[in-house]
Amino acid sequence: MKENTPIERLYNGILKENPTFVLMLGMCPTLAVTTSAINGVGMGLSTCAVLMMSNLIISLLRKFIPDRVRMPAYIVVVASFVTIVEMLMQAYVRSVYTALGLYIPLIVVNCIILGRAESYASKNKPLASFFDGLGMGLGFTLALTIIGAVRELLGAGEIFGIHVMPESFEPVSIMVMAPGAFFVLAVLTALQNKFKAPSATNHGDKFCQGNCASCMDKTCKIMERSEDK
Amino acid sequence: MKLNVSISPHVRSRQSTTTIMLDVIIALLPSVVVGVWVFGPRAFAITMLSVASCVASEYLYEKILHKPITVTDLSAVVTGLILAVNLYSTAPWWLPILGGAFAIIVVKMLYGGIGQNFMNPALAARCFLLLSFSRIMTDYPKIDGVSSATPLTLIKQDPTATVPLSDLLLGTHSGTIGETSAIAIIIGAVYLCARGIIKPREPLSVIISTGVFVTFFSLIQGKPVTLDFLMVHMLGGGMLLGAVFMASDYATTPVTPWGQVIFGCCVGFITALIRCVGGGVEGMSYAIIISNLLTPFIEKLTLPRPFGVKKERKEREAK
Repeated sequence: MKENTPIERLYNGILKENPTFVLMLGMCPTLAVTTSAINGVGMGLSTCAVLMMSNLIISLLRKFIPDRVRMPAYIVVVASFVTIVEMLMQAYVRSVYTALGLYIPLIVVNCIILGRAESYASKNKPLASFFDGLGMGLGFTLALTIIGAVRELLGAGEIFGIHVMPESFEPVSIMVMAPGAFFVLAVLTALQNKFKAPSATNHGDKFCQGNCASCMDKTCKIMERSEDK
Repeated sequence: MKLNVSISPHVRSRQSTTTIMLDVIIALLPSVVVGVWVFGPRAFAITMLSVASCVASEYLYEKILHKPITVTDLSAVVTGLILAVNLYSTAPWWLPILGGAFAIIVVKMLYGGIGQNFMNPALAARCFLLLSFSRIMTDYPKIDGVSSATPLTLIKQDPTATVPLSDLLLGTHSGTIGETSAIAIIIGAVYLCARGIIKPREPLSVIISTGVFVTFFSLIQGKPVTLDFLMVHMLGGGMLLGAVFMASDYATTPVTPWGQVIFGCCVGFITALIRCVGGGVEGMSYAIIISNLLTPFIEKLTLPRPFGVKKERKEREAK
């Protein structure tokens, strides 16, 4: 697939480098707000909206922002969009706004957004950056919805508020409390390891050629190996 | 004179994991028997299901992962028994099965099996069940056809309530299967101490510190502290059971003598905090698993210092 085309960016964000399942970024909202599938959708879509717009603006401004003050500049851009999204949610989807609460303003410091700004949008063209944000945002939404649905199913016997489990099923309410998030995520990561699927804990040439987003830190083993050569 | 030359070890103990676990099972039997006597055959069924679930979980886990089968060391049986004595006899049949599987697979085997778990498996499973099914887990059993609250619940609602001492000692009051009879637990404790499985300082530090802190918190809140009130706190809940069988677990409590005393005081403090200041009624199981997390720090703090080491360090600092 050709690099940096819209389709490639969408595929990359949703599947190849899914921010939650593969990059393991943004764990705080992943663990905190996935008490139900609808909360996962709400959080995912609001992050997606912020991510698209901030990626676009940062990519447009990438030649004007001096390297030394890039972080404060990114934060200003991201915070503006988070404020807009927060006000829109408060006005139009009040139930989701109340359910997510503090975690909406916290999107500002979500490491997926800063990570994409730093590792992608600041180096690439606006259109590709926009679709990168859309892909990553949809990947995040997908992941949160799946985790939220599993927790809601086990913890309340419902999916999207619709009762699906038989009457005799006793809800395991620990699954909608904080420990449940860790249980689901741990089982998920264990399954990824079992089936050797790509994830942040599965390093190896098979998963990455030394250019994936999790290689941006200097500790990546593949980069070290290629430098040794 | 003929001398035999051999390499160490020269002193061998007859104790093994299996004999220790067997002793704990024997010590738990009086409590289980009293539980079955007070709550009827349903208590026996719950106990058997819990033990069977623990043993089956361990066997299946090791079989599926091609690990050596360790069910014959009886540790899974002990976990099952301890989980069962912590449940009410009104529990539905699937509750001990789910709890046993959680205790063995999640808390024990995933961390590496016997001796590697950082938290008491049976108590972690009890807390898991308590958080998940709070309605079922506080469904007090009926005694003589009358549903009644446990002594601790009574005293939480009304600090001046009294429960006859004979009921507390014999166990003819509401509660979990194994916690009701103080005499049965004390028989088990004496047996374990006599066999050298546990040291008396472990349960005693828990019991004394709980008494001290319950008195302390009650006096601060201006509640009357009477002998009856303290007796219910000491004998009416899961305190004795936890102090004897769970706060003395080898894998999850400190090995140093002073560490065990500090651990006991931690358990007592948290129990009293939950019972007197917090909203909870029982608190013992949370207190023990929270203190389990402190075990590595307590051990580090109370590690005996090798002779002469302190002096060397001072000299090095002087340089």
